[in-house]
Formats: sequence, C-alpha cells, structure tokens
Amino acid sequence: MTMAEGDLALTQLAFVRKASIAPRPPPSKMVGPVAWLRNNLFSTPFNITLTITMALLLAWAIPELVRFLLLDAVWSGSDRDACLESVQHREIGACWPFVWERLPYFIYGSYPISERWRVDVFFVLLAVGIAWLLWPGAPRRDLGILYFFLVMPISSFVLLTGWAAIGLQPVDTVLWGGVLVTIVVASVGIVCSLPIGIVLALGRRSRMPAVRLLSVIFIEFVRGVPLVTVLFMAGVMLPLFVPEQLSPDKLVRALVGIAMFASAYMAEVVRAGLQAIPKGQFEGAMAIGLGYGQMMRLIVLPQALRVTLPNIVNTYIGLFKDTTLVFIVGIFDLLRTIEVARIDPKWATPVTSTTGYVVAAIFYLVFCYGMSRYARAMELRLAKGDRH
Amino acid sequence: MNATTNSGSLLKPGRLNTDIAVQMIDVNKWYGDFHVLRDINLKVVGGERIVICGPSGSGKSTMIRCINRLEEHQSGKIIVDGVELSADLKKIDEVRREVGMVFQHFNLFPHLTVMENCTLAPIWVRKLPKKEAEEIALHYLQRVKIPEQANKYPGQLSGGQQQRVAIARALCMNPKIMLFDEPTSALDPEMVKEVLDTIVALAEDGMTMLVVTHEMGFARQVANRIVFMDEGQIVEVNGPDEFFAHPQHERTKLFLSQILR
Repeated sequence: MTMAEGDLALTQLAFVRKASIAPRPPPSKMVGPVAWLRNNLFSTPFNITLTITMALLLAWAIPELVRFLLLDAVWSGSDRDACLESVQHREIGACWPFVWERLPYFIYGSYPISERWRVDVFFVLLAVGIAWLLWPGAPRRDLGILYFFLVMPISSFVLLTGWAAIGLQPVDTVLWGGVLVTIVVASVGIVCSLPIGIVLALGRRSRMPAVRLLSVIFIEFVRGVPLVTVLFMAGVMLPLFVPEQLSPDKLVRALVGIAMFASAYMAEVVRAGLQAIPKGQFEGAMAIGLGYGQMMRLIVLPQALRVTLPNIVNTYIGLFKDTTLVFIVGIFDLLRTIEVARIDPKWATPVTSTTGYVVAAIFYLVFCYGMSRYARAMELRLAKGDRH
Repeated sequence: MNATTNSGSLLKPGRLNTDIAVQMIDVNKWYGDFHVLRDINLKVVGGERIVICGPSGSGKSTMIRCINRLEEHQSGKIIVDGVELSADLKKIDEVRREVGMVFQHFNLFPHLTVMENCTLAPIWVRKLPKKEAEEIALHYLQRVKIPEQANKYPGQLSGGQQQRVAIARALCMNPKIMLFDEPTSALDPEMVKEVLDTIVALAEDGMTMLVVTHEMGFARQVANRIVFMDEGQIVEVNGPDEFFAHPQHERTKLFLSQILR
C-alpha cells in the first residue's frame, strides 16, 4: 500500500513526512470587499442591528445637516434682514454673513485692530513650535524643544502683552478674547500639566513621607474641587484678600488655576502609567548602575507615558473643552465671544444662535479630533518596537 | 559552619587570586516577620565561580540580590570589591557599576533597541562617548554571537537571544563580578544551551561569577564551589565533585536525589 503525503492512515502507527507542506492562499471568503463587509459590519446579529441602526441615523442626520449648513444657508448680507424668513426663503439655514462679519471678534476678541498682526504672528509661532515638536521626522528636534519651551513662550508673552521699550504698545489682557484666549489657556494648561503632573506622580510614589504627603494633599485637594470653584477662587476671591497691586493679572490667575487643576488630573494619569511598568524594569535599570533620575527619565517614564498616552490625550481633550469655563471670571474665550455676538441686535434672528454654536462645535471638534488622531498615530508608531 | 574555608576540589582552577571580590559576614534579612536570610557567611575571591542551588524559597535569589543591593540586608556586613554596602547611595552606585546582573526574566528595556540597551549604561553611567560605547557594545554582542540583531527591539528576539543580549548589556559596563539569577529558568528547553554556553565561555575567561541555577550539569562543569541553601541558610559548600559524589548534609542528599535521576 502506498501512502500519499499528509494522509495519515489509521492502520499505520508510524509516520514520517517526506515533503513539507507549502503555504496556500486563504479561501476567497476571507479576502476582498465582501469579506470585509462580512467581518466588520455584519459579523453577528448584534453587529447587523447596529449597522442598520447607524445607517438609518446617518440617513436621517446627514441630509438635515447638509440642508442647514449648505442648501438653505444664507451666504451674503449685511445684517439680520438677510437671515430672516421671507417669500423667497421659506426655510432658513445657517446665517453665514453673521459669522463672516464677527469672525475677527471670534478670533481676537477686543484686541486693538491695529495690533492684531501680533496675534497672527503668535499663531504662526505656536504652529511652528507644535509642528516642530510633534512631527517625528523634523530636523533638530532638540532645538525644537528649546524653541517650544523657552523661545516661543517668552517671545509670545512679549508680543501679546506688549513692551513699550521695543515699540510694542502694551495691550491689557482684558481686551484679549476669542480663539486667542482659548488657545493661550489651552496651551498653557497642556504644556504645564504634563511636567507638573509627572513631578506630582513621582512625589506620590516617593519613599519620602513628606514629599508623598504634600503630593497627595495637592492632588486630592485640587481634584476634589470643581474647576469652576478653582477659577472662581482665583478670579474673584483672591483679589478680596490680596492688595490690588500684589494681585496678578486676571488672565494669569485663571491660567494658574487651570494649570493646577490639569496637573492634578495628569498626576493620576501618569501614576497609572508608572504602575503598569514591571518591577523588573526598575531592577534592570538599577543593576546597570543608573541613578534614580536616569532610571526614571530613560527607562521608566518613556514606557509609562507610552502606556498611558491615550489617557494623557483624554485629559488634554477634556482640558481643551474645559477652557470654556474661564467665562465664569469674565474672560472672553471663543465660546463667550460667540455668546455675546449671537445676542447682538444687529444679527438677532432665529438661526443666529444655532449658527454661532455650529461654529464653536466645528472649532472644538477640529482641535479635539486632531489631538485624538495624532495620539493614535503616535501609539501605532511607538507600538512598532513591541511587536514582531 | 564557616562557608569560606571549604573550597573543595576545583574542577578548573581558573585564574584565582587572593583579592576578595565579595564577602558576606553574618548577613541577616527579614521580609516583615519572615527571616529570609540567616547568618550568611560567604567569601568569594576574584576569578572564583560560585553556583548557588537549593529548593525554591531557600533564599538563593535574595542572597545574590543583596550583593548589588537590589535587596537591603538588616544586619551583618556585605563587602563588594572593597566597598561596604550601606544606605549610602554613592556606595551603592559604586558597587552597581562594578557588578553586572542577569535576571531570570531578562529585564531588557523594550522601548530601546538591542544596541541602545547595551550602550545606555556606558553612556550615562561611565560617560563614554556614544561611538566608543557602540564599539564596546558591538564587541560584546559579537561575543554572545548576535551582532546582527543590534538594531532590533528585544520583543523581536527569541528568549535565548534576549538573555544573551542581557548578558552583553551587563558586560558592556566591564564589570568585575557577574551575578546570574536563574538565567535559564524562563527559557524554552531548546534555548537553554545557547545561554549556558555563553556563560561557560565567560567563565573560561576568568570572570568572577555567582550563579543561581538548577542546571546541575552546568554547575558541575563551571563551578569552583557549589553553595547549597535551604530555609535561608547555607547548608553545605563544597567543590563540585565532592558535592555531587559525597553530599554531607541530609538536606543536600534529599535535594540531589530529587533532581538527579
């Protein structure tokens, strides 16, 4: 009896393979668009229900959105009359001329018109810094760090607040507003919270009881109080106790409040990352002679921050949207400028508020989704080292 | 008993000298109430190769981890390369620079390449220029026979390769003493030999080493002395021939009868 390769006969006890089996392509139902649909959209009854529900939801929402934002939208006009219902316009969509006219106010607030180029320069400086820092293939990233954490903040500060000695007219922060304030508050919060959060997280895990206690008190206190309360205390209560000359600028107080608040949250996020690092990494680092600072900086933190990157970005996104709360102490961030503009009698129509809020929604969505996508890309990039 | 006088018959004399590499005098350690090391006395001279064996929980790993102060001892003296270990961080750093360690689970840094794993300590601790550190790293990677993996990440290597990288990483600091804490226990059977061969080659070069292992064939081949521990105590110390042929203590006899069949 001759046996074909791979044919294990029940009657035959011993078996020796004579030629190895070459890999074959998978069956056709595993590849191609139909397979993709089957795997991703219609794999289980629950999945099928979900797919159909979502499709119906989109079919209902998208035409409505398109109608409001584009088809029925008003594109030109100089005041509210353009955006009111009329014989020609039964259905009125978004009132874009309102946005167009108030756009400078949304961006700069009440910053003096002749000085607004300074804000534009600040936006460019910031964009350059962010691109330099976040683009992994950028040249001289060491200089980028120096630029982002030293050159840019100082020059932005001088540029925005003004310095009479070099011919820049001082601009009181009361006049700042709109996107400018939102971006300033968010960047200060984002940039300060990570380093302070790391220090607090390490402090909370410190062997020294005093350091540990102070960190715990700070974190639990700041985290246990609503942000509105922190801002309110910084903005309204502090001036009651501190003489006016000693009391810092209102915006600065809000910035400090936001930075403290974000740091406390960040500390816990970083601590979660630190706890995910196996003891062996600490021991490996100690055994080759690294000191505490080197061990943390070179071995532990890079891994801990990577593990917890989704949480860091989550905190950042939350922080970005929380900046809208600065209105409570009378600072005009983007949302506040829209609030003010939408009740302006010149443009008051039934669609003005909705249009204003759509602008705000698009702005926050673009920034938050951008952060989210960047973080996802970084996760995939960083994960390359782990996988085979 | 005094563990330091009984050096037994040496399988390979090696390049022994009279410098004391490690000396432990009446070392005691507790984990809470648990007395994990009891009156440990051990003297290791330069170039000597000590294999430490014993049942699990006998304190073998804890003992060698005390030598580079990954564990703290509560009483007694540990003197490593002339430096007495205490709470003084400078002394601890000094000892760790001269003592290399290889762990059961490798403890390579997964976010760094093999090359970066090896050059990290020379660059940051020894303050060598990057280029020089890379030359040294390449030299030792060649010695453990994986120079071609230098730019991979640890996660891309097999267990045996990872452990050889870990050995190279320790060697890059040019240590005077090497500690091995069950270096083959976490490996697939097929990979044990490549790691043991690497350690044997190192032994033949006269490196002072303390090895915790269950590989008795390796112990017989490499050790100058075998230290047998049980319940936190050193029970028996002897040269490998005597140790395997004529174990003295009842506990040693029982242990050997369990693992050698």
